[in-house]
Amino acid sequence: MEKNLAEKLLARAAGKSEVEPGEFIWAQVDVALANDVTAPLAIAELERMGATQVFDPDRVVLVPDHFMPNKDLAAAAQAKTMREFAIKQGITHYYEVGRMGIAHALLPEQGVVGPGQLVVGADSHTCTYGALGAFATGVGSTDLAAAMATGRIWLRVPHTDRFVYRGRLPRWVGGKDLILYTIGQIGTDGARYRAMEFTGEAISALSMEGRMTMSNMAVEAGAKAGVMAVDHVTLAYTRGRFRGEPVVLQPDPGAVPARVYEWDVSRLQPQVAFPHSPANTRPVGEAGRVFIDQVVIGSCTNGRLEDLRAAAAVLRGRTVHPYVRLLVIPATQRIYLEAVRTGLVEIFVEAGGAVSTPTCGPCLGAHTGVLAAGEKAVATTNRNFVGRMGHPQSEVYLAGPAVAAASAVLGRIAHPEEVCS
Amino acid sequence: MTAAAFHLGRVWKYGAHVDTDVIIPARYLTTHDPEVLRLHCLEDLDPSFKEGVRPGDILVALENFGCGSSREHAPLALKAAGVYCVVAVSFARIFFRNSINIGLPVLECPQLARAVATGDELQVDMTRGELVHQGRIYSAQAYPEFMREIIAAGGLVPYVQQQLAGGGLK
Ligand code: SF4
Repeated sequence: MEKNLAEKLLARAAGKSEVEPGEFIWAQVDVALANDVTAPLAIAELERMGATQVFDPDRVVLVPDHFMPNKDLAAAAQAKTMREFAIKQGITHYYEVGRMGIAHALLPEQGVVGPGQLVVGADSHTCTYGALGAFATGVGSTDLAAAMATGRIWLRVPHTDRFVYRGRLPRWVGGKDLILYTIGQIGTDGARYRAMEFTGEAISALSMEGRMTMSNMAVEAGAKAGVMAVDHVTLAYTRGRFRGEPVVLQPDPGAVPARVYEWDVSRLQPQVAFPHSPANTRPVGEAGRVFIDQVVIGSCTNGRLEDLRAAAAVLRGRTVHPYVRLLVIPATQRIYLEAVRTGLVEIFVEAGGAVSTPTCGPCLGAHTGVLAAGEKAVATTNRNFVGRMGHPQSEVYLAGPAVAAASAVLGRIAHPEEVCS
Repeated sequence: MTAAAFHLGRVWKYGAHVDTDVIIPARYLTTHDPEVLRLHCLEDLDPSFKEGVRPGDILVALENFGCGSSREHAPLALKAAGVYCVVAVSFARIFFRNSINIGLPVLECPQLARAVATGDELQVDMTRGELVHQGRIYSAQAYPEFMREIIAAGGLVPYVQQQLAGGGLK
């Protein structure tokens, strides 16, 4: 039988010649990830399971990124629990504040995840690594504890929905717009329990960053994974970076997905998701006059160097609207350093923006830019649920970095063309 | 079937796409103590829930319940609040897994989920996966065999305990 990419990746992880959608498998985990919110509970569950050691200290990755740098006493206690566990277990890939980043930007950058792997993470956006040709999926803390203890996890092989993007993307349109458009079309449960497989000329032309932005938000359509086949762009990215040996699996040419969606994206406009659902998308040209209080450029979705460059291209020589707060949060220390070296940070600061150390911070309404009742923000993050960035009566509009930057300048949701003629 | 096999509970009914951010907002995720989480359960969606919920109540919702963040704190908060089980048209996958793992019963039963309203009385027989509302009997979607093993073990922690004691996973 001809197999879809997700099936081939899971067959490898299960050590089987092939697997079928719907089948339950025990799979070998290549990387198990947790953060400062999910690790403390996973550690407690691990202990309850009677496990004294993790299955492999090289394959358990712990990243303090959510409430970091410690936002208060309780967050400090959680971070301490994770740190002490990491030291006791001899965890290789534990990243302290000052060397860390948001996990889903950090792990690909540091070469901890790569093509062919099975990655499970106690964080729903673990699906980001699907862009590298891995099968990566989010789980809860107890599942993660079981994976840390045994190196294995049970999975049901998902059906695959294929998304084909035809044509060349217009200026100002990127991975974020493609995925927002997709979720707008299929809804937040449009790919529930499924593997989304992204393909087509527009995907081939995307950078690794743009691809990771797309796979990152697969979970916003309910998907278990958002996979992409490995190509020369993937291998150019992983070369000299990935610590393992890339396993390159391709979907069989005759594989039949459960559903196929095909769109010509050569005239796509930048997209904005209105409150309170990532599926509530519109082209930015139809946003109307939405005045805003804050702009956040960062997160595991759009806090990578390419995103900061896109924002800087709009902000260069311009200033942030007097009544708007612009927060720029490079997703990792390396991205931060590159942004300093290449003058991006200078552009943001001169424009009147606040540049923060890497953190999840405002993305989940934790700290560093929480919204008051009635406030509105444009954010390059991935969720705009009620209360996601702060007060339950605040509003988040999701967009790509160029739209976010243009909105910061004009003080309302804006197309980058309105700023850069 | 004897009436004694049934649990009788009061319904709290919500709509579609109830996400884990409203089940337990991130501002409370600096702990995983169920007794703390319970105090803020669903407060951004329905502040009356945490005041009015009583042990044994049943939460019923429409499509895609528990979407969004993977936080296991969400089913933990519901369980600690005394919710006996969650019935929905459908569940988001991570929430579903987490609930099974921690022993919060979750039942997919679209017809019933659409029929009930807040305040209704509902009878649930977990062993049979049957629900009774206003005299009508509904059958929930059966769990796959594989999940039943985890449920029978009492959740994932005892399941893994057994496996570790028995010399590894099969
Ligand atoms: S940046 Fe936001 S979505 Fe990404 S891992 Fe952090 S909290 Fe989650």
